[in-house]
Amino acid sequence: MNSKKESLWSKVSTFLVFAGPATFAFLAVVIVPFLYGVYLTFTSWDGVSSNKPFVGLKNYAAVVADSSFWQSLGLTLLYVVVSVILVNVIGFLLALLVTGKIKGKNFFRAGFFTPNLIGGIILGYIWQFVFNKVIVYFGDALNVTVLQKSMLSGSASAFAALVLVTIWQFSGYMMLIYIAGLTGVSEDLKEAAKIDGCNESQTTRYIVLPLMRASFTICMFLTITRCFMIYDVNLSLTEGGPYGSTVMAAMYVYQKAFSAKQYGVGQTEAIILFIFTAIIAVSQTIINKRKEVEA
Amino acid sequence: MEGQEKTVRGIKTFLKTLVTVVLFIIYMFPFYMIVLNAFKHKRDIIKMPLSWGGKKGFTTDNFVDAFQQMNFMNILKNSLIITCVSVFLIILFSSMAAYIFVRKAWKINQIIFMVMLFSMVIPFQVVMIPLISIYGGTFGILNHRATLIFMHLGFSVSMAVFMFHGFIKGGVPISLEEAAQIDGAGRLRTFFQIVFPLLKPTTATLVILYALSLWNDYLLPSLILTDKSLYTIPIATKLFQGTYSNDMDLLMAALVMAIIPVIILYIALQKYIIAGVVAGAVKS
Repeated sequence: MNSKKESLWSKVSTFLVFAGPATFAFLAVVIVPFLYGVYLTFTSWDGVSSNKPFVGLKNYAAVVADSSFWQSLGLTLLYVVVSVILVNVIGFLLALLVTGKIKGKNFFRAGFFTPNLIGGIILGYIWQFVFNKVIVYFGDALNVTVLQKSMLSGSASAFAALVLVTIWQFSGYMMLIYIAGLTGVSEDLKEAAKIDGCNESQTTRYIVLPLMRASFTICMFLTITRCFMIYDVNLSLTEGGPYGSTVMAAMYVYQKAFSAKQYGVGQTEAIILFIFTAIIAVSQTIINKRKEVEA
Repeated sequence: MEGQEKTVRGIKTFLKTLVTVVLFIIYMFPFYMIVLNAFKHKRDIIKMPLSWGGKKGFTTDNFVDAFQQMNFMNILKNSLIITCVSVFLIILFSSMAAYIFVRKAWKINQIIFMVMLFSMVIPFQVVMIPLISIYGGTFGILNHRATLIFMHLGFSVSMAVFMFHGFIKGGVPISLEEAAQIDGAGRLRTFFQIVFPLLKPTTATLVILYALSLWNDYLLPSLILTDKSLYTIPIATKLFQGTYSNDMDLLMAALVMAIIPVIILYIALQKYIIAGVVAGAVKS
């Protein structure tokens, strides 16, 4: 630098060159639409006409009265609770399985993680085939009545199918994070526990698990936020069916806006869904962080 | 005593391996099913989904037909262009912005960085409707690859800037840059010659994360690209399924083709992909 104090012009041009493109795209795609979206909740817009009549809190009143939205949100909540627990339990068990002394660890890890690499739309169609054709074929061949009807044709079983695919999709991902956590627990500590007379499961329960809180916090956060926003698999696996019984909140919002053309109400519901998710995800993180142990 | 302990441990390892293998087979089963059936005739798929070949034997016609019906070369090209250009721009602009945010404690830098941090909690669904209203209604610039790329950039910069920011702050000594600047290099040259090469670990993580997530993205592209010639692989797969839902043979081949690019990449770069995904999750 020639002068000690940079001139304003040099500051501005440095800022524009380095941070300009990123800042512009960020503001134009995230911040402006976000603020505009808050404004939209006070209008009734059909998505076509150029005027967006201001309606005050009417959309909020409409959302409160929209029982199918709350039903969908309730269903999503149930789906999130069941999926988050199962994904994490199975992810953790997979991590325990592939960190021990077994051969071909990396091969198995890679395999369990594979579903995560493929888009939700494609995963949903793959499983649709498995549920509709393969399992039904098993049912016919083995004469098991429960299996003869596709899981996707009943509302409770379609919900279960959605949970199953979610577990299959995310557990490998969580497994990877748990593996990182497990290998981070020092061997000295485990050795010390062993000398003090702990057996393997006691060591896991009292030494490894408390030290892995950080991994649990991350995994819980990731699974909660992802499951709340489930859309792709929902769309391709059940399309909300049978008879709209598995329409999760994100799909509901989409339909409200783009199919029913009630953009104001749809946007209001999107924001409520977001607040809901944020409260749960953040409070989970705070609670877990408090319990974290410094290694 | 010791020998007994050894046997117990041996049995344990054996059981663990057994459970792992069984689970592995279950996890791979759906993939196996579509690959197996992609090579069969339509009626054989329905009648005997588990057998090799089926009555009418083995066929590769499904791939030829699905390839043509999906216009596969075109959708592959679209997916490649969108993913590669977006990832390139995300890396370029995020690293530059993060660099200036770390090195210059200007008010504006701090404000933008904070806003970016907080914005990371906003899910796509919250901005989806206004986004389409603005870019479709007001500007009328949907149906361009460039629009989608610009949006991918906008949605991705906050996390990418955050990760580069952490890395530069903790791992890039300012003394190197000062030396370069004394030698007369301008700020841009200093950045590209000295700083950017040092960011490689974070760059690799972000390339992997964004390449995968943008490649697989469905909702945003489906809202932006409604013109058939611009479809990406996920959009085309969705529409193909709708049109050919009775043609199981074509559908199976289409699904196999849709996952092949990712699987090839995964086999080639498995170690890096796994490391990148873990690093991305833990840091964010």
